[in-house]
Amino acid sequence: MQRRDFLKLSAASALAAGTSLRRASAASVIELPMYYPVAVGGPIAKIMDGYAAAFHKANPDIRIHPIYTGTYQDTTAKAITALHGGGGSAPKMAVALSVDIFTFYDQNLLVPAQDLAAGDDDWLHRFYPAFLANSRLDDKIWSVPFQRSTPVLYWNKEAFKAVGLDPDRAPADWEEMREFAHRLTQAHNAKSPTQWGLQIPSSGFPYWLFQGLAIENGQARLASQDGTRTHFDSDDTIGALQYMVDLAHKYRVMPKGVITWGTTPQDFFNKRCAMMWTTTGNLTNVRKHAPFDFGVGMLPRHKRRGAPTGGGNLYVFSNTTSKEREAALRFIKWVTAPEQAADWGMRTGYIATSPAAWQTPALKKYLAGFAPAKVARDQLKYAEPELSTHDNQRVTKVFNDGLQAALTGQQAPAKALHGAQKNADAILSRFRD
Amino acid sequence: MPLHFAAKRPGGVRLSAVQDTLTAWGLLAPALLVLAAFTLYPAAQTLVQSLYSSPVANGAGHFVGLEHFRRMLADPVFRRVMINSGLYALGSIPLSIALALAMALLVNQRLPGRGLARMAFFTPTVLPLVAAANIWLYFYTPGYGLLDRLLHAFGFSGVNWLGNPHTALWAVTAVAVWKQAGFFMIFYLAALQQIPPTLYEAAAIEGAGSRQMLWHVTLPMLGPTTLFVLVNAVIGAFSLVDSLFVLTEGGPGNSSNLILYYIYQNAFRFWNTGYAAALTVVLVALLASASLLQFLVVGRRTHYR
Repeated sequence: MQRRDFLKLSAASALAAGTSLRRASAASVIELPMYYPVAVGGPIAKIMDGYAAAFHKANPDIRIHPIYTGTYQDTTAKAITALHGGGGSAPKMAVALSVDIFTFYDQNLLVPAQDLAAGDDDWLHRFYPAFLANSRLDDKIWSVPFQRSTPVLYWNKEAFKAVGLDPDRAPADWEEMREFAHRLTQAHNAKSPTQWGLQIPSSGFPYWLFQGLAIENGQARLASQDGTRTHFDSDDTIGALQYMVDLAHKYRVMPKGVITWGTTPQDFFNKRCAMMWTTTGNLTNVRKHAPFDFGVGMLPRHKRRGAPTGGGNLYVFSNTTSKEREAALRFIKWVTAPEQAADWGMRTGYIATSPAAWQTPALKKYLAGFAPAKVARDQLKYAEPELSTHDNQRVTKVFNDGLQAALTGQQAPAKALHGAQKNADAILSRFRD
Repeated sequence: MPLHFAAKRPGGVRLSAVQDTLTAWGLLAPALLVLAAFTLYPAAQTLVQSLYSSPVANGAGHFVGLEHFRRMLADPVFRRVMINSGLYALGSIPLSIALALAMALLVNQRLPGRGLARMAFFTPTVLPLVAAANIWLYFYTPGYGLLDRLLHAFGFSGVNWLGNPHTALWAVTAVAVWKQAGFFMIFYLAALQQIPPTLYEAAAIEGAGSRQMLWHVTLPMLGPTTLFVLVNAVIGAFSLVDSLFVLTEGGPGNSSNLILYYIYQNAFRFWNTGYAAALTVVLVALLASASLLQFLVVGRRTHYR
């Protein structure tokens, strides 16, 4: 760039900034900074900016500022820090984990979504009830489902065919998943399998996928609704962990130790594992990169079917004025309306959050061409809320540590989970009355 | 120095002494201000916070005295991260210093492709740690990662380096060594080139072999550099934890968790700011005493020219 061009450009941008500022103050546009994380592949930031621009075009008096703030954890940390610091730049809204509700609530940082529309909460009934389960606290709905997911089972149809399994049928129950995995595990020498039958990732936050097993084993919720008690060492929870540990240590159909989230889809593409559990948020990614025919199925049943919900909700913070709350509500209604929710789902792989979204022509057409996209939605009937308690990240951490101790063979499942329960009790006792 | 001269003149002593003092403070002020705002104040604030409970729900914390420190003694994770940090330091410090010295001695000789070798050894230093960790994440991947492929080629079974509690900490340590050895090499290389050739000539006349020259000339002359590198390596051992975010997140089950990462978890994951402050106080005290010890013990025995 020539120096002269550079000067011209800077002058132009300064001018543009000046005029936009003037315009803003003239029409008194309501500005709403909104923090959001990126947790799946794809051009999320571009989509977000597009939504903000489209919304502003339809509602010239409101401007949403989407601000990318890293992972889910980073987003929560940055939002809380900014809100405590006060100041004009603090976010008014955020997309954060649905399970972080207690984290914000305990610090008095939230406005209930239900109270935004002064009594009118009919619009909240448009969402799948399973997606609202993690938003409920004190008989109120605090946050609005936005980028939601559940785990599903992906399988490699070619690998199934190669060992004589029906390539179009996923394992129906635990017994079958173990048996399929056994047939699919292939060794190139006695010590190192080249292809594992199954991978259930367990790095970082092993509790989420494990919760699928726990629900299927009869432990519907790992924590009480009020977030003060956990059920980490119930017989059903221990039984589920025993099954997961046995897959690796006894039946040797899954790698031992901690299995990494990030590389598991890669393992699947490279035919290092024939079946994997991972989030439906990966669907678009798998579709793009799997060099073979693949199937998507619900998690296999045991005592019952089941899966946890996951993902992020929209939160409005208590630093908002009543005008800003009204504006936030308008944006939330707009971005979760059926057409918008359908668009978001198709472009990211998240599950469109309302039944009405699945009735839109766009999503119907998409489903006609790509049936696996509806597996996660159909699984919602069996879904249970994700683990969520007061002091959520600490409680989740002691649970994760217990799970990993068992998965790496350091402790027996029962011992690891009794320990986790004891630690969770110590943390949660101050929230019980 | 005109100021100095002015101070000695009879009659104007008092005035110029004041002037001197003022000038000194004026010159120090910018550095002091920055130091006070970004180091001293936060340090004092941390100390204060460590004596208060973690504030919840917009309320302020209340005074709890040494409660956090008492809790620390009973906290098994704290014990684990202290042991891990010790092992991490014991593993990474001597290894990276030895490797740095070996690399410096190697590329200080006349050998073909010397510039290329120097660059190759230094490259890891230029990479941001997070990028380096991502490269290593690939090396460590079970099944088709670089290390496992090597093992398979020789008929061994693979190892889940980052997913096994017995190897995770060492896998993280290896990244730290790889990362900082090249940086320390630069200091050694500079020091090697400062050693006067006359010393080697004298040694040669006395009939010293190359091993004796290394032992009695080169290594003693590198003493001050080693002290400097050692101090930096100790600081690095407790502050280079970015790779944990990428590689293990402290897992499996805290087996690769380190004190600084644990502080981060307490402060920004659990919002347990009081406890995090107390942990920070312990870390700072530890580092301060380590530096003091180094300067007093190692420093006294170091040969300065």
